[in-house]
Amino acid sequence: MTRKQWRRLETAMPWIVIIGALVVWELAVDLFDVRQFILPAPSDIVVALIQYREPIMASALFTLVNTLAGFGIGVVVGLFIGIVIGSSRLAYAGLYPILVGINSVPKAAVVPILVLWMGIGQPPAIITAFLLCFFPIAVNVATGLATTEPEMEDVLRSLGASKLDILWKVGIPRSLPYFFASLKVAITLAFVGAVISETIASNDGIGYLMLQAASQFRTPLMFAGVTVIAAMGIATYLIFVLVEKRFTGWATRKQDAVALGTGGG
Amino acid sequence: MADASTLTAAAPDGVAATPLVDIAGVTFRYGETDGTLALSGLDLKVRKGEFAAVVGPSGCGKSSLMKLVTGLMPVTSGTLAVAGAPVRGPLKIVGMAFQNPTLLPWRDVLSNTMLPLEIVRPHRGQLRRKRAEYEAQARALLATVGLRGFEKRNPWMLSGGMQQRASLCRALIHQPELLMLDEPFAALDAFTREELWGVLQNLWMERRFTCILVTHDLREAAYLADVVHVMSARPGRIVATHTIDLPRPRTVESTFDPHFIDIVHGIRAEIAQARSEVPDEPTDLKGAA
Ligand SMILES: Nc1ncnc2c1ncn2[C@@H]1O[C@H](COP(=O)(O)OP(=O)(O)OP(=O)(O)O)[C@@H](O)[C@H]1O
Ligand SMILES: [Mg+2]
Repeated sequence: MTRKQWRRLETAMPWIVIIGALVVWELAVDLFDVRQFILPAPSDIVVALIQYREPIMASALFTLVNTLAGFGIGVVVGLFIGIVIGSSRLAYAGLYPILVGINSVPKAAVVPILVLWMGIGQPPAIITAFLLCFFPIAVNVATGLATTEPEMEDVLRSLGASKLDILWKVGIPRSLPYFFASLKVAITLAFVGAVISETIASNDGIGYLMLQAASQFRTPLMFAGVTVIAAMGIATYLIFVLVEKRFTGWATRKQDAVALGTGGG
Repeated sequence: MADASTLTAAAPDGVAATPLVDIAGVTFRYGETDGTLALSGLDLKVRKGEFAAVVGPSGCGKSSLMKLVTGLMPVTSGTLAVAGAPVRGPLKIVGMAFQNPTLLPWRDVLSNTMLPLEIVRPHRGQLRRKRAEYEAQARALLATVGLRGFEKRNPWMLSGGMQQRASLCRALIHQPELLMLDEPFAALDAFTREELWGVLQNLWMERRFTCILVTHDLREAAYLADVVHVMSARPGRIVATHTIDLPRPRTVESTFDPHFIDIVHGIRAEIAQARSEVPDEPTDLKGAA
């Protein structure tokens, strides 16, 4: 096998594994005659996807909107908290324990409180998504800022730069790789938050759809819901991988140096 | 061999009598009372337009001294004044090149070089308007240190020596009155180092900024400086001062001149003595107390 073929096999590997798994699954369900409401075959799931495409699409859109709204708030708040605790030791000492506390509360336990305050549906879904996703962003940004090399700050301080200048020219660019890395984690968590809240308190969204399907033993529909939510999660994750590559090439010098050497750009 | 007649010119002109940097009895300690005593009773005067060099054994507090003069750290006791005013915080008239290149990895060489223009007044206010002009200045400066064609490279694509050159340009771009250089050429090979001595000397002769250069290399100090200050072992203070009365421009050839070699030998003897001397104060006070 030549190097080139080897390389091609490497990129094809994930697809081979996925398709292989689906085939095994299909055959196993057939072979052992598993009943549909216990484990539907992939083909049943596809049928369900097509059959219920309209309610699925509507629910998925609802969930996506909630997730993105919560994620958006999470980015703004997480960035703000991260910058504050990353650039002030006092703020770090005061806020960090509280943040850890908030983060360790199971979010499913918070949803009823949110419902009490703002009713069911969209608002608690957005807030739950936000609560789940701001923490990794804040912690990563704070870590990026707090680990900035003092020498780099000295370069600016020796020019008479203000604290704001230093934050803007060194702190923030330096913590961008941490920030983008956290976005990948945060968007996934935001999906989790939105679906949890929809399962508990909503009349719409993938979470609600799943709950409905479960109560009627429409297992293929449940799996269709899972498939859609997974697809959305993977797609948004990939978007943030690309964003990260685009903005923080300097942080992964070696790979990038090679890429620049061969690709030119 | 250097032409004998070039060695007879007078002391550098344009050097005024008022000290730009005036350090008297400065002591500096890292941390609280049980921290490392880096400097003790240090006196140093550098006149405006003068090129001063500070040499001394490793760990004697040279880098600490540089950071005190630029106002990055406050003195523990003693007085430290620059341009007639006591130093209370980072100064605005200095350019500094650190022992490491400290370039920002997310910026290319050109925008690293132009960083001071984004901070120091009045440039920061004019940068947007006069971008093209400033960029031309930065490119010209980079060209003088042999970095033409590397402007758009990121720092990690440069060799260590090239990074140091870029760092030197960054220290000079805003035309500071006082240039502080902390072993800028220590990591370079002998030939590149000698080449950059020439580059720095040319820049200095052209612009006549005041310069304080910290170095391990006695030939470098004698080549570049008007005055060489010798520091003792830690806790550091100035134990001797030499005036280098060689004419400029100096060349690598002049470093083989007998007079030059005598000067270097003299300084070397003093450093050897400084290294072997027991410091005035026991450095390990923890056990005694
Ligand atoms: N951040 C720090 N905290 C505590 N002690 C320090 C710190 N930086 C330096 N020191 C100590 O202060 C002393 C002087 O350090 P400094 O870096 O000024 O020496 P130097 O003369 O520049 O040495 P070199 O020639 O090796 O660069 C050293 O003994 C060092 O251990
Ligand atoms: Mg040093």
